[in-house]
Amino acid sequence: FSGNSCDATSAPQHYTSLITTLKTNSGIFSVLRNEDLKEMLESSKESLKLEAMKRIVGLIAKGKNASELFPAVVKNVASKNIELKKLVYVYLVRYAEEQQDLALLSISTFQRALKDPNQLIRASALRVLSSIRVPIIVPIMMLAIKEAATDLSPYVRKTSAHAIQKLYSLDPEQKEQLIEVIEKLLKDKSTLVAGSVVMAFEEVCPDRIDLIHKNYRKLCNLLVDVEEWGQVVIISMLTRYARTQFTSPWKENNEKAFYDSEEEKKDQVEAKPYVMDPDHRLLLRNTKPLLQSRNTAVVMSVAQLYWHLAPKHEVSVVTKSLVRLLRSHREVQYIVLQNIATMSIQRKGMFEPYMKSFYVRSTDATHIKTLKLEILTNLANEANISTILREFQTYVKSQDKAFAAATIQAIGRCATNISEVTDTCLNGLVLLLSNRDETVVAESVVVIKKLLQMQPTQHCEIIKHMAKLFDNITVSMARASILWLIGEYCERVPKIAPDVLRKMAKSFTAEEDIVKLQTVNLAAKLYLTNSKQTKLLTQYILNLGKYDQNYDIRDRTRFIRQLIVPNEKSGALSKYARRILLAPKPAPVLESAFKDRDRFQLGTLSHSLNIKATGYLELSDWPAVAPDQSVRNVEVIEPVKEWAPSVGKAKPPKQDDKFYSDSGEDDHEEEEGEEGSESSSSEDSSSSSSDSSSSEGLSFCVCIWVNIPTFGPVKSHELLHHMTGKGLSARYHFPRQPCLYQPNMVAVQVTLTNGSDHSLEEIHIGDRSPASLNLHCFNTIERLEPEASVTVSMGIDFSDSTQAANFQLCTKDDQFSVSIQPAVGELLMPSSMTEQDFCKEQGKLLGMNETSATITLAAENSSSQSLSKQVLSVANVGVVSSSENNIHRFAGRTVSSGALVLVTAESRESSTALLTINTDKSIMASMLLRDLKQALAQA
Amino acid sequence: MINSLFLINHSGDIFLEKHWKSVISRSVCDYFFEAKEKAVEPENVPPVLQTPHHYLISIYRDKLFFLSVIQTEVPPLFVIEFLHRVAEMFQDYFGECSEMVIKDNVVIVYELLEEMLDNGFPLATESNVLKEMIRPPTILRSVVNTLTGSSNVGETLPTGQLSTIPWRRAGVKYTNNEAYFDVIEEIDAILDKSGTTVFAEIQGVIEACVKLSGMPDLTLSFMNPRLLDDVSFHPCVRFKRWESERVLSFIPPDGNFTLMTYHVSAQNLVAIPVYVKQNISFFESGSCGRLDLTVGPKQTMGKTVEGMMITVHMPKAVLSANLTATQGTYTYDLATKVLVWDIGKLNPQKLPNLRGSLSLQSGAPKPEENPSLNIDLKIQQLAISGLKVNRLDMYGEKYKPFKGVKYVTKAGKFQVIRHDWTVFLACKGKP
Repeated sequence: FSGNSCDATSAPQHYTSLITTLKTNSGIFSVLRNEDLKEMLESSKESLKLEAMKRIVGLIAKGKNASELFPAVVKNVASKNIELKKLVYVYLVRYAEEQQDLALLSISTFQRALKDPNQLIRASALRVLSSIRVPIIVPIMMLAIKEAATDLSPYVRKTSAHAIQKLYSLDPEQKEQLIEVIEKLLKDKSTLVAGSVVMAFEEVCPDRIDLIHKNYRKLCNLLVDVEEWGQVVIISMLTRYARTQFTSPWKENNEKAFYDSEEEKKDQVEAKPYVMDPDHRLLLRNTKPLLQSRNTAVVMSVAQLYWHLAPKHEVSVVTKSLVRLLRSHREVQYIVLQNIATMSIQRKGMFEPYMKSFYVRSTDATHIKTLKLEILTNLANEANISTILREFQTYVKSQDKAFAAATIQAIGRCATNISEVTDTCLNGLVLLLSNRDETVVAESVVVIKKLLQMQPTQHCEIIKHMAKLFDNITVSMARASILWLIGEYCERVPKIAPDVLRKMAKSFTAEEDIVKLQTVNLAAKLYLTNSKQTKLLTQYILNLGKYDQNYDIRDRTRFIRQLIVPNEKSGALSKYARRILLAPKPAPVLESAFKDRDRFQLGTLSHSLNIKATGYLELSDWPAVAPDQSVRNVEVIEPVKEWAPSVGKAKPPKQDDKFYSDSGEDDHEEEEGEEGSESSSSEDSSSSSSDSSSSEGLSFCVCIWVNIPTFGPVKSHELLHHMTGKGLSARYHFPRQPCLYQPNMVAVQVTLTNGSDHSLEEIHIGDRSPASLNLHCFNTIERLEPEASVTVSMGIDFSDSTQAANFQLCTKDDQFSVSIQPAVGELLMPSSMTEQDFCKEQGKLLGMNETSATITLAAENSSSQSLSKQVLSVANVGVVSSSENNIHRFAGRTVSSGALVLVTAESRESSTALLTINTDKSIMASMLLRDLKQALAQA
Repeated sequence: MINSLFLINHSGDIFLEKHWKSVISRSVCDYFFEAKEKAVEPENVPPVLQTPHHYLISIYRDKLFFLSVIQTEVPPLFVIEFLHRVAEMFQDYFGECSEMVIKDNVVIVYELLEEMLDNGFPLATESNVLKEMIRPPTILRSVVNTLTGSSNVGETLPTGQLSTIPWRRAGVKYTNNEAYFDVIEEIDAILDKSGTTVFAEIQGVIEACVKLSGMPDLTLSFMNPRLLDDVSFHPCVRFKRWESERVLSFIPPDGNFTLMTYHVSAQNLVAIPVYVKQNISFFESGSCGRLDLTVGPKQTMGKTVEGMMITVHMPKAVLSANLTATQGTYTYDLATKVLVWDIGKLNPQKLPNLRGSLSLQSGAPKPEENPSLNIDLKIQQLAISGLKVNRLDMYGEKYKPFKGVKYVTKAGKFQVIRHDWTVFLACKGKP
């Protein structure tokens, strides 16, 4: 410490010079580092601490051990400097596991930060807390996760979904409790949360399919607006879900797999015509647009969904998109080609029109070339084989000899699969035998051997030719193949075969093992068919084999000798020697290497590696009978009806502003509405068959997955009556969501309905007053058909006053002056804070800034729950959790200026209550007090 | 999902590691190095590898390997796509993605990686969001930061993170509001020796640079949208509008982004802008050969072809080339056996020609493979497919933006192949 307490004034200079030394000379850096870094961290200057942390992070990045600095670093965890704090977090997460005791010192800081009013700080505290892998804090993490799961900020809720997985991997014992949190978060309607919670579901409890039922339709409908990575996870989960809940749409499959006799089949098909579950259709319909995503993983996941779930004739919609992915990065091509290879075995037709996209380019990487070759071979049929073979000719000449060899294999496969070209291919391959490259020749021999086996009768010329080539071929596999061929068909080449054997006897000792084995084989076969000429040769070879170094060869020799040379010990077996050795052998089947890959779900790691990866979830077979469909029905949320337009054909109202993909859409609104009612009505019928009691009100079920503000019922107000508006009527309400356009605007939704008998055109907003009114208009609605209605969103900056916003609502021909007068409670946004903070803030807003009154409560409002509900219905504020039963606290900020508005309601005896409002906006306070008083006094 | 990331340079040094879950020893990379050794060329390393306890998924770009370690089942494309996003983010932040730049900015890199993944699951991958949280380095800012100790890290949650338009940051303000769109088309083609098109298609991309204040809502329409056969969009594009009206309606991200990519199918005959007359032959004896190349314009729609370049991968036996070019310069790389002829602007009056002799390794057999040619070119002010932007409208904001559209055509994978060997596979199986 004496070193540390040296005079403080010179210290900073010392450090600065140190830093420059460090920057210029990394050699010194590594020698001095730990002591100096510690000193820098303990200094009082923020910039030095930051510099030290940056260096430490640099060390971590390089994989160097910096764990001994832990005590010095952890002290800075509560730093005000946000970058410093973040770097400390990085460090902490990296080393907490090694230094558990010291890590505990930081926990209280995070616990405090979890209550911070700033959502970013709450979220990052939870992120770090849950990343500290110290078992002792499991209960604290659990508590934090549960709390964050109900946070007002969707970002914090998203973080809590991530934390679930972390806690689960730290302590799997917590599973049950975590499932409860997952269940809660699955109900969340925010697109931000959806992907993360489904990820947690997949990791913690993928078998709890029952948790998905009620959220299935919501997830399907949210999908387009979820961020890309979440889409992938949700789609893959829904694929699994659908395979357990719906019946197979593949008719032909059913027939073949299950019924043998013709009659039975007919019966079954007639008895049960297949009708697709509307929910099944919903999934297919809602995933299709994602084929146009820029994210290749999303496109692939939709493609696999269609492959595994769609009726066979619909699968081909994914082809074009998959082919598009082939223009992406090399690694993407690799995965996509693998999947296409598997698909093209079963469904040639899907990719045949795109055959040219699979042509190999000289610049392709080897693994890409091989896959393309595989696919081209799979696609080959009578019609296109000539084109493909011409393409293959080019490949055979490639400088990449491994690829040329693979091409020869592919030609062999084409020859076996398509009988028309077998001869052509065989001739071509024979020509290749005179190729200069050994690999090509060897591969050709191997393939020719396989082809000849299929139809040996006419091909003794080829065998003769190959026997001639034998001397020049050195690749052992090829030599072995020729020997086998000559042995197998020795009766067709009676003159050549013994001669080859003679040569082999000479070179036997110098051959590779595989060639030796085939030589023994050849000798044995010749001995049986032509013992006159070859008896001595055979015995000579058998003797050589007997003393070979390789035990396989010694074994084989011994076996063959016993088999073909009859003696007293060999018994009955030698009688059958000829039948054993020269039995007709089935021709080998040349198959695709991807033949059995379809046992894995497409797009998975397991499929790519062709091996079951850890954590791979099997895709179940379709159920024979669909499970109860009504489990997916969700109850209707009532408040929606309040502002549902009464005109027209009962179109389900939609709060479209929440979802980007729907916003700014004018004429599609209608189309969508119809789609919605269609799906709900079909669902109606399906559920009424199962239980008719629940069908009431189901026509509104589409509304469930749109975002209903959770704060209270929505009141809608009239903007324009259809009498004054010449048929055009308008209602507005405050959705109480942050405004999309500008943060200081209040979001307003306007529902426009055409009550006239002709369509209205060019509905837009005209002049406004006061002229300075800051207003975000909706896009002009080109056309509104009679009876149709459309909901649009606007943003209005009321500047924290209840002065009405006046503007003109115009159609092509008319202009109507309308005004929106907000209730004071709508000019607020909820603010989340702890009770402590609330009291602290309240302490700052006393005197002039405090307004209070004692009011009488209506009997209905005396319970604390209904009191909160009433306050929330009047004002858009957030509930502050309170430790006292009789005191309710609410906090909000004004939308425009962000001034704090604190509401306290203290219930007293004989149904009275003391209402206090603290804010520096005193006019707003008195107006708010008046509104609250009114609401609480009446039932 | 993604457990760890290792950045590895060309020569196989691990220069950065980052773990999002428990630390995994870097020795896991040994399996990767083994595969790399086997593959010889870095492009040939299989992207997905299996080790006894982990799975390795890697990408190779900009001479760097991005190697991620995975422990359980995950869609491999998910990881690959993410790794490319990381590389693109580096490019975006630092102007290039190289070992040096990453080492120089290691703290920002670490902060970025920290924000991009939480527990191995992507958290913020939108450039607009990340730039609000972690500001990209500029010389001025780094000077200011060292003096004042202020930081590159934002204090509030970017609004994009919360809204349903995460790609756009809030409170954008410009004095000059401008929106530029570059329509870039690439021709992928394979021509045979006679100049007949074996295969041709057009890949297009619209790169946008939008610097508009506030929350503009744009609509871009085409004169001839029917040309577009297959499209993929930035998430900002409203798919339903495209389906019903064939217009691009979107609230753009701030700055540079790829608005859409498209494909023009081979059904619409693709115009091939140049032709190449070539004669490359090797003699049976005397270990030498001849080369004669002539290039001329074909269907250029009256525009000038620029940046013309021809690359020939010679057979291994070719030792040197003694050629004369009437225009441009040529180089022959002895190590890689690549002949590059840089022609430049194509003059229709005086067609460029390259001819001369090739000398072969003595005693080497006559090369059997005839080299294929790769062609590079560029045509300004032309989208070869004929695609034209009709108009760009802006809603939601009051000012008048400056708008601009530029068209460029380039050669993508443009090859001329010689099919002239003895036909050894005479095909009997006619359709």
